[in-house]
Amino acid sequence: MSEMLIKNATVYDPINGVNGDLMDIAVKDGKIVDSASGSAQVIDAGGRLVYPGGVDAHSHIAGSKVNIGRIMRPEDSRLGLKARTKLTRAYTGYTVPNVYAMGYRYAEMGYTTAFEAAIPILKARHTHEELEEIPIIDKGGLTLFGSNWMVMDAIRENDQDRLAAYVAWGLLASRGWGVKIVNPGGGEAWGFGKNVSGLDDPVPNFEVTPRQIIRNLAEVNEKMNLPHSIHLHCNNLGKPGNYETTLASFDICKDIKASRDRQSLHVTHVQFNSWGGNHWGDMESKSDAIADYLNKNDFLTIDMGQLVFGSATTMTADGPVQYANARLLKARWSNGDVELEDTSGVTPLEYHPQSYIHGIMWAIGLELALLTKDPWQVLMTTDHPNGGPYVNYPMVMTMLMSKKRREKEMAKIAEKTFERTSIAGIDRELDWYDIAIKTRAAHAKVLGIIEQGKGHLGVGADADIAIYDIKPDETDATVEFDKVEAAFRRSAYTIKGGEVVARDGEITATPMGRTFWVRTKVDNDGYGRMMDDLKLKFKNYYSVNMANYMVQDEYVERPVVVDTEYK
Amino acid sequence: MIIKDVLCPFCGCLCDDLAVEVVDNKVVDVKHACKIGASKIRGHDRIKAPMMRDDKKGEFREVSYDEAINESAKILANSKRPLLYGWASGVCEMMKKGVLLTEEVGGIIDNTASVCHGPSALGVHEKGLPTGTLGQFANRADVVVFWGCNPVQAHPRHMGRYSVFTKGFFANKGRRSRKVVVFDVRKTDTANLADEYVQVNPGEDYMVLSALRAIVAEKGDVVPETVGGVPKEKLVEVAETMKGAQFGIVYFGMGLTQSRGKYKNIDNAVSLVTELNAHGKHSIIPMRGHYNVTGFGQVCAWETGFVNAVDMSRGYPYYNPGETCSNDLLMREEIDAAFIIAGDAGAHFPAQSIARMGKVPVINIDPFHSASTEMANIVIPTKVSGVELEGTAYRMDGVSLRMRKLVDVDFPSDEEVLDKIIAKVQEIKGASS
Repeated sequence: MSEMLIKNATVYDPINGVNGDLMDIAVKDGKIVDSASGSAQVIDAGGRLVYPGGVDAHSHIAGSKVNIGRIMRPEDSRLGLKARTKLTRAYTGYTVPNVYAMGYRYAEMGYTTAFEAAIPILKARHTHEELEEIPIIDKGGLTLFGSNWMVMDAIRENDQDRLAAYVAWGLLASRGWGVKIVNPGGGEAWGFGKNVSGLDDPVPNFEVTPRQIIRNLAEVNEKMNLPHSIHLHCNNLGKPGNYETTLASFDICKDIKASRDRQSLHVTHVQFNSWGGNHWGDMESKSDAIADYLNKNDFLTIDMGQLVFGSATTMTADGPVQYANARLLKARWSNGDVELEDTSGVTPLEYHPQSYIHGIMWAIGLELALLTKDPWQVLMTTDHPNGGPYVNYPMVMTMLMSKKRREKEMAKIAEKTFERTSIAGIDRELDWYDIAIKTRAAHAKVLGIIEQGKGHLGVGADADIAIYDIKPDETDATVEFDKVEAAFRRSAYTIKGGEVVARDGEITATPMGRTFWVRTKVDNDGYGRMMDDLKLKFKNYYSVNMANYMVQDEYVERPVVVDTEYK
Repeated sequence: MIIKDVLCPFCGCLCDDLAVEVVDNKVVDVKHACKIGASKIRGHDRIKAPMMRDDKKGEFREVSYDEAINESAKILANSKRPLLYGWASGVCEMMKKGVLLTEEVGGIIDNTASVCHGPSALGVHEKGLPTGTLGQFANRADVVVFWGCNPVQAHPRHMGRYSVFTKGFFANKGRRSRKVVVFDVRKTDTANLADEYVQVNPGEDYMVLSALRAIVAEKGDVVPETVGGVPKEKLVEVAETMKGAQFGIVYFGMGLTQSRGKYKNIDNAVSLVTELNAHGKHSIIPMRGHYNVTGFGQVCAWETGFVNAVDMSRGYPYYNPGETCSNDLLMREEIDAAFIIAGDAGAHFPAQSIARMGKVPVINIDPFHSASTEMANIVIPTKVSGVELEGTAYRMDGVSLRMRKLVDVDFPSDEEVLDKIIAKVQEIKGASS
């Protein structure tokens, strides 16, 4: 069987506490093993940097939102073109790449796993159709529950067993990995063009509050022993002053005990939710308050949602915020309401360094990462493609590693930014180990996929390995940031499941990855009550029949199913 | 045996509540479907075997699948500017193979939307598309507008299942919960069922939309006494109805996309709906024709970045409607071979395009005899998707569903034929490079 030996690797593997040790890594049949035989293919890393394959816990890579982004933005698809070869299909797009470029570009950067951040259950088949065509990387997706009628009805009637039964059924129906909550309750309010204003503002017609939705789903999530915690996109995103809602949302889950060795709450793209001030005119960074909370509490994790200047395609299940964005910017606007379940909006925009609003947003993302002491608590993301496309991760990595790199960027940014942010005064520079945490190890831990062999290089792990053309002991990342960025953009080798899939940033093989999803057994009478309610909703309110609703096995050809039980 | 929850392979409504009775591998009864859907499921005029002819005026001779497939591959592989058109009445699985075949031969792939809702896509490029799923409109809409479409004839169950007569959670009195407005150049059967019928002069929809936008924006004083044949009084009344909606929905058809103004009409309609969202909630949705014409746009977009009319001759996708649509290419006489599948160019293209197709080799893949068959040199019959084959289709609102198989037949699927053509093309191209 296939064997590989990577010699002289300078390894950073934070899950196993390996911090820059010079060592060999042996691979057999797609897994990391203790040692390799003499017949193994040998790769001499020559002391170069070796990380576990990158993991992206929050990225919009597939489904109807992404595709409406492509359809409404032919000008974006005209970027990044690369003709087909004997091995690869054609690449298109920058913020909304086609399915092929989506996988190839992750692999070219040494990333081997990415999770789609929002699956509406009714449109999950579409999401999986795209996921199935994204080459190389392993995938999973988070299912939307935050404005779902079944969820809100069960919560209003204080029936947590029924709620759990529905969450389990919804994860099965969508072949999802975790519970995503976007602007809880707001998606339903948006059904009539309204929104919820805060955690205690009841959802019209449903008489539950966003606070109840978050709390109940978080409790149920832990009782279901799901690999991932709830994954929350807070209310009031994109509004000055929203940091107070964000802090209050954190508090809702403070006393919830995680059922596994991970957080009990993950709050996503917090950059967009750490804003002070009362209006656009006095908007300021409140990352200090957010980071302070994180420094005092270890039950939660966040991801950055870093902004990258240039073109972005914003896409979210937060429908009302997208309408507000589009009106404010006079931009194109697509909306996608999903009956009984949720909504979404897509709006293209351009982030300008000379806009202090955008400058502040840029600063907040980095501040969150740099002011929070524990690197495991803040994942590096751009909320692709909301803050900017993931191909810019290497640049963001260098900004975390080098104050000089940040200063170079700051020189382009509107001065007013620095009256409202603290980024200019932050000296912290992350090291190779921190970056390994923020771009792979912590993502795997937060998602709960360490057990699936992701995010580390211990024996038994998937042989997903990135070798970068950089010698850590000879490279000063605080100064040589251009060199570091170039190395992270094009891995020397990306190895996926023991196969070299990219070499010097060129794709060399295109195996198809697997899809993770969770199946939870709910064995109590809540299941019966849930089914009665569900059948009624299909009979009266859904526009499709229940028998045709659930994603069929044909749409997930290479599944990895994790079983759990509700207690 | 009665098979339930069957999807209908006819129009963009993609009804999924049919009950089909099958006896001895034959469809004997179709329940809940409209007459057109039932007729398609029952089947008619099947092409029995592959056929070929050199002279388009001559008679076809029956050939084997292998011969027809190999000959098709030869034509495509040796063509400099092949057009691969249709891709509507089939499942997504075959559309993916269609994109791949187009890449292999460096051709142009274009879908029936080209002569239908293609301008809608251009409108979306300009303004986006505030929309939703059909159940959202069924549950909520209290003002329903049909513009340049006639569902009574073209989407027979639409008004019953999704838009007008159905009861929803909020619109719980069905028809009585909704005010229905129809804009059309003629008083259609749909207009006969409306609360308000607004007769628009042919080709003047754009002006009417602009007038409505002005009135909604409280700039009605700039609107003249009559616009597009509609008295201002009526426009004000309708604008107030739309503005007063809790949830308004605009369904539009080819009366808007293929009349004067084309994509600009859609741009204007989307703008009107977007602006109305400052008042209540409003959405807009194209009434797509073939049951999976929407699916092609989805597949083509995620595979090539573009929704339709994609030229792969450069090795990467190139999209420029006006240059790369079927009729642009045919009228410029660029096309030197045509591959028509799951759509009928022969019935829907203008004479000038048909004339060009008369001069080049044409391959037609279809279970049924059509006008395109008349122009073909090679005809390859395949399974009827959704009756004889499972697969994915996208409803007009982008909800994808899995079509069921009802009976077994010996015909190959579109996908199987495409796979064999692709393999043969690769063999021919591999040998020559």
